[in-house]
Amino acid sequence: MAATLDADAAPRIGARERLRRRLGASWRSFLVLGAISAFLLALLLIPVGTVFVTAFRDGDGSFTLGHFGTFFSTGLMRESFGNSLYVATASVFFASLIAVPLAYITVRFQFRGALLIQTLGILPLIMPPFVGAVAMQLIFGRSGAVNLLLDEHLGWSLPIMQGLTGVIFVQTLHYFPFILMNLIVALRAIDGAMEEAAQNLGARGWRLFARVVFPLAMPGYLAGAALVFVKVFDDLGTPLVLGQTNMLAPQAYLRITQVGLEDPLGYVISVIMIAFSILALWLSVRVMKGKDYSTLQKGGAGIAKRRLKPWESVLAYGCIVLVLLVVLSPHLGLLLLSFARMWSFSVLPDTWTLANYATVFQDSSGMMRNTLLYCGLAALIDVAIGIAIAYLILRTRIPGRQWLDFVASAAIAVPGIVLAIGYLRTFQTFELWGVPVTQTWILIMLAYSVRRLPYALRSCMAALQQINVSLEEAAEMLGASKWRSVRRIVIPLMAGGILAGFVSSFITAAVELSATILLVVKESQAPMSYGIYLYMQSVSGRGPGAALGVLLVLTVAVGTYLSHLLVERANKTLEHAR
Amino acid sequence: MKAVALECIGIGLAYGTNQVLRDITLKIEPGEFFALLGPSGSGKSTLLRLIAGFNQHNRGRLLVDGRDITGVPPHARNIGMVFQSYALWPHLSVYDNVAFGLVERRVARDETRRRVREALALVGLTDYAQRRPNQLSGGQQQRVALARTIVIEPQVLLLDEPLSNLDKKLREQMRLELKRLQRKLGITTIFVTHDQEEAMTTADRMAVLDGGVLQQVGSPRDLYDAPANRFVAEFVGSTNVLSGRGDPDRNIFVADGLGDLPLQSPGTGRAVSVRPHALTIAAVRDDRRVWFDGEVRESEFLGEFTRYAVQVGESVLTADTPHLSTTPIYPPGSRVQVGIDPAELRLLP
Repeated sequence: MAATLDADAAPRIGARERLRRRLGASWRSFLVLGAISAFLLALLLIPVGTVFVTAFRDGDGSFTLGHFGTFFSTGLMRESFGNSLYVATASVFFASLIAVPLAYITVRFQFRGALLIQTLGILPLIMPPFVGAVAMQLIFGRSGAVNLLLDEHLGWSLPIMQGLTGVIFVQTLHYFPFILMNLIVALRAIDGAMEEAAQNLGARGWRLFARVVFPLAMPGYLAGAALVFVKVFDDLGTPLVLGQTNMLAPQAYLRITQVGLEDPLGYVISVIMIAFSILALWLSVRVMKGKDYSTLQKGGAGIAKRRLKPWESVLAYGCIVLVLLVVLSPHLGLLLLSFARMWSFSVLPDTWTLANYATVFQDSSGMMRNTLLYCGLAALIDVAIGIAIAYLILRTRIPGRQWLDFVASAAIAVPGIVLAIGYLRTFQTFELWGVPVTQTWILIMLAYSVRRLPYALRSCMAALQQINVSLEEAAEMLGASKWRSVRRIVIPLMAGGILAGFVSSFITAAVELSATILLVVKESQAPMSYGIYLYMQSVSGRGPGAALGVLLVLTVAVGTYLSHLLVERANKTLEHAR
Repeated sequence: MKAVALECIGIGLAYGTNQVLRDITLKIEPGEFFALLGPSGSGKSTLLRLIAGFNQHNRGRLLVDGRDITGVPPHARNIGMVFQSYALWPHLSVYDNVAFGLVERRVARDETRRRVREALALVGLTDYAQRRPNQLSGGQQQRVALARTIVIEPQVLLLDEPLSNLDKKLREQMRLELKRLQRKLGITTIFVTHDQEEAMTTADRMAVLDGGVLQQVGSPRDLYDAPANRFVAEFVGSTNVLSGRGDPDRNIFVADGLGDLPLQSPGTGRAVSVRPHALTIAAVRDDRRVWFDGEVRESEFLGEFTRYAVQVGESVLTADTPHLSTTPIYPPGSRVQVGIDPAELRLLP
């Protein structure tokens, strides 16, 4: 047979196909890879790199550690550094004190309160801490509602909003849900047989929890704890609103805005903040490397739930209601404040009014429009990049795809203020239509999109992961090209995840303050988060500020609920897509 | 529809140094129902995906209807594949799933509607057009997957473990149905399975793969009665393989630790295969067979027959004895005679 003669030869293929095979992906994939790389390079790597370079560079351009020397020899800087570490560590500690028992109660016992705890977990997340901080002062402050009552009836007061303690208190209440949620997921994933085996060998009660259950849930706990540490360490808004400027983030902000873009200490602080963010996240991954204990098999049972005895029930509910009251206090305070004409030195506001809302709708409709514009665009960019990266990683063997994921996710370790400083420094000479780029809202929007990219990326990855490759192959089999099968099958199936990613990017961008505060140059550019901050600066602005805060919280709450619904629905459709 | 032939010529596939397929040369005739049989990791699914266009071979040529389709992307091949998991799209109704390929081919709406209806009728799902895939049972999903593929009238139909996700009873029913459908459409069909019974009952011809190498191609009967090597003998049905040496001069096979076995035709193989049901367990010898003294080690009563493990010389042989209510069952330890019918001995290389 003639055909068999050249059977040994390599198959005859076109040049394009040869290239595709050598590189492991098509030229289109490379185009997308290139575009995303350029985006990340210009808007994440170079700005952050510039911050690093500036921190280590002398006036004549040579390498120096001198700025770090100055930093550590300045009393104020050393104090700020210590304060930031102290506040972050203490917040993790107190957040754990709240979260661990609540998580355990939810997973271990069968009672209606579990649902309450779930809700409890979400409530603080829908309000950024700086928004609630003023309200907290009115409730827990020296002359706030609680202390007025305590003083009147018991003759003593609780200085919980004083100084750094106030920051810790506010941060703890806002961020403990990160630990709670992660821990609940981890506890739920524990195979009931693990616990039964321990019981079978004689462990019970506290020892059972301490020796078996908690260690198994450790990865979840650490992930949550690291996140809380990073969030608190990097937060700018809360200390500013509470007037605690002797911390790292506020110092960086003050240096850049008051001393100027050339002052090296702002950059040194930025480097230290990034270093600690990375360290915390890296440690939480590192310590638990290879120890992912989520052992629950499909169809297996989780750890045993038992009914509460009546007295335990009372205790558990008491515990939950107490936490719920404290957790809800900023929301409640904000709501009261938004309807108050005056509220100081009294338990409740003296007179009620709707004027604050009228003011807000009159003066701040521009801010609402800005929030919609910036966050909407940023979230759009995020899901587009998220889909592309997810596809490159899960469906191609294109070289460099892991790096893309790594760099995009690394944005989570870059504090907003550091990114903003990097932007100001990097783009200070760029112009757009004759206007310096740093004067435009484009940078604000791009900062949002870079900072919230990890959220959209995780959503898109999770969505694509749930779609079996054969669903796409089946489409190709039936005559759809790669692009057509992505459009007709993959994107519709990912829709739920994409939307959820969009919403979570949007709402987290809407409450972002630390980058905003540096990048907004005139009031007409300000989004709602910045507006709240401005209002809260003056006593007379608190009312409208609170009203704006209530609107923001409502937006975020509706968004969160929506994304939750979307994910649920998407999961239902996708049950058969795996 | 014109049935076409599919030809693999010297196809090889390697990922780095890992050879997944080696020199596969195979011709599948027009309209044939062809099975690719092999254990997991044998390369059978890789070969199927290569024909579909999801894997690209490094060596050799792949011809459909005489045309080399190497390098043609999957969507341009006009080969239909039914996936093991069915791969039905959960966001589309049954109707839209089946219509998908026609939409891609820009078929007019009226014709699409007609052809989808026909395809659904063919698999008996006319009334289910508006349902979602997750509202169907496993067997119904299987039929939708089939309808979705045949509606585009592919030149070749590929089935990847088509019955593995069904329970035993449904599997046997679907097996018959598949066969009937294939006869009716006359489409060249290749299906992959690890279940030799499935392959034998369904396929016109089959190929056995192991370690990426084609072991033997032929009708189920060829492979069962005349296995080409030890692997095929053991994989297609169960068997006793005795190693030793064929002696063509004396027309016998000298089995290690057992003794001389007479052969019907001379040969020089290194082993000989004999099926368990070709062995006879008896208390007394007759002269149609060669007999050995043996001792029952274990016995398994399976209803239609009893399976014995009998120690004969240094080997343990498996023997299946048909069971009737009057047949004795020898308990372990019984001394028995084991008879081998020389006509049932197969020399292996």
